[in-house]
Amino acid sequence: MVTDLRPSPATSTAAAGSTPPRQPRSGWRDRISRVEVRWSPYLFIAPFFVIFAVFGLFPLIYTAWVSLHDWDITGAGAFVGFDNYVALFGDPDFWNSVFNTLGMLVLATVPQLLMALVLASLLNQKLRGVTFLRMGVLLPIVTSVAAVGIVFSQIFDRDAGMVNGLLGLVNVDAVDWRADKWSSWTAIATMVNWRWTGYNALIYLAAMQAIPKDLYEAATVDGAGKVRQFWSITVPNIRPAIVFTVIMSTIAGMQLFTEPLIFGQGGFAISGGSLRQFQTVSMYMFEKAFRDFDYGYGSAVAWMIFLLITVLGVVNFLITRRSR
Amino acid sequence: MRKTQPLLYATLLVGIALSAFPLYWLFVVATRSNNVVGDWPPPLAPGPNLWDNLGRLFAAEDANFLLGMWNSLLTSAVVTVSVVFFSSLAGFAFAKLKFRGRNGLLLVILATMMIPVQMGIIPLYMIMVELGWQNRMEAIVVPALVSAFGVFLMRQYAEQAVPDELVEAARIDGCGTFRIFWSIVLPALRPGAAVLALTTFMGTWNEFLWPLAVLEADNPTVQFSLSQLSTTYYTDYTLMFTGALVATVPLLLVFIAFGRQIIGGIMEGAVKA
Repeated sequence: MVTDLRPSPATSTAAAGSTPPRQPRSGWRDRISRVEVRWSPYLFIAPFFVIFAVFGLFPLIYTAWVSLHDWDITGAGAFVGFDNYVALFGDPDFWNSVFNTLGMLVLATVPQLLMALVLASLLNQKLRGVTFLRMGVLLPIVTSVAAVGIVFSQIFDRDAGMVNGLLGLVNVDAVDWRADKWSSWTAIATMVNWRWTGYNALIYLAAMQAIPKDLYEAATVDGAGKVRQFWSITVPNIRPAIVFTVIMSTIAGMQLFTEPLIFGQGGFAISGGSLRQFQTVSMYMFEKAFRDFDYGYGSAVAWMIFLLITVLGVVNFLITRRSR
Repeated sequence: MRKTQPLLYATLLVGIALSAFPLYWLFVVATRSNNVVGDWPPPLAPGPNLWDNLGRLFAAEDANFLLGMWNSLLTSAVVTVSVVFFSSLAGFAFAKLKFRGRNGLLLVILATMMIPVQMGIIPLYMIMVELGWQNRMEAIVVPALVSAFGVFLMRQYAEQAVPDELVEAARIDGCGTFRIFWSIVLPALRPGAAVLALTTFMGTWNEFLWPLAVLEADNPTVQFSLSQLSTTYYTDYTLMFTGALVATVPLLLVFIAFGRQIIGGIMEGAVKA
């Protein structure tokens, strides 16, 4: 990475030639200032690239190398080729965690973005107290993630929780939210939905405000109702914002970790419940690497998550491109 | 458009009530005692037990809450200053200086924004072991000193906030490039830098997975302390809620003071994205 930053002196004269003219000076000062002008941009961007290369990119790539070894806390063992991956493909716990992650991803992303769309179109009306309203919808993002986990774990508690209390009012039996896949996914997805809806709504709102007003006026003249206008004008016009939020929520959703971990409580936290009913892939990687100290296997899980995110990103991209 | 829209306001107020309620509930439970938390109907007004709960929180074994707060304040502050400085520096270079490979390198930065760096934590942990930084705040701070998102944000901001003529005039007056950055560009970047500072502070404060991997319970960050509470004291709701409340208050204060800028930042970033 670092060596890429330095072009050979011969090739960079073109860049120096385009610097603004200088007043004539004594030769050595002029030369120093020319060198300074040519090299200081690289010096300015170097801190980012150096630190990112050492602590961001290198670990990510090295993960692939570790995953090809029988590697534990005592250090690198034998090179085992793709054995870790072969084991991983036959590992029901891994596939279970993939399934859980995708399930929660859908439950958290789809309602979140739909609610954000509705909220944004409400906020896009002529309103009083704009700042108050916007700060109000943004409050959840300010709450620290672990705090969200703690509050919602209590709200969804089987015995003491408010959700079961409310269900009791309409004569529905208390649900043991942690016990099953669907119930635990719902509870965890609720946390994610709650935390991110307002943020996405503001992103949509910004995009909506950039839509020319005469589009709506023309549609009104043509007799299109509010709902029709929303689907035929608003949504197509904020498509870039929608694509952006879908991709960002997918990337974040594939790495879901804090909410389910806190929801787990007690000894079974990292395994996502006694039957792994809400263990995500990130939790599975953490369990393998930092509880079982199986770095090789954990790295294989990490690379699979990385590939999954990439594949989902490409799929997202293709779908949103085709629906143009 | 009609002048008053009661239904619209009512819907929005319900939405805001829903988004504020969990926070309010956080506060209510933190001021109560454990024997009323599970009552139905739930206690919806604050009670008198906040000080008791705070006392128990700071005395709780394994959680080391005060140390966690201190560590989080320290790491978030250092990371924020560093990210803002290096992002402004690089953002200025990408927006206003001409150099070979500029567009290619900018593309690299854009690509790295999409990379889930978290997936590299196993080798990152090994690096920390090599450096002797396990269970030390260096492990939290150093990898976070720069941010691709920050560089991109400041580049976008510098593009429109710093006039080219200003940079050229300073150059003709004989200013070195860093001098130009420090006395001309940085002041012009202040509003953008404020937004980056706020989001960076909040992001570092909320960091969870990596501290959990590299730190131990005797030297935690505040989120680590919360996770300790939720594994060790998970039946003690008032204690956990008090911890969650104390961990959220600094973010709330930042939000109340700078909410407008944060909203502006989110909305401007979105327009450009």
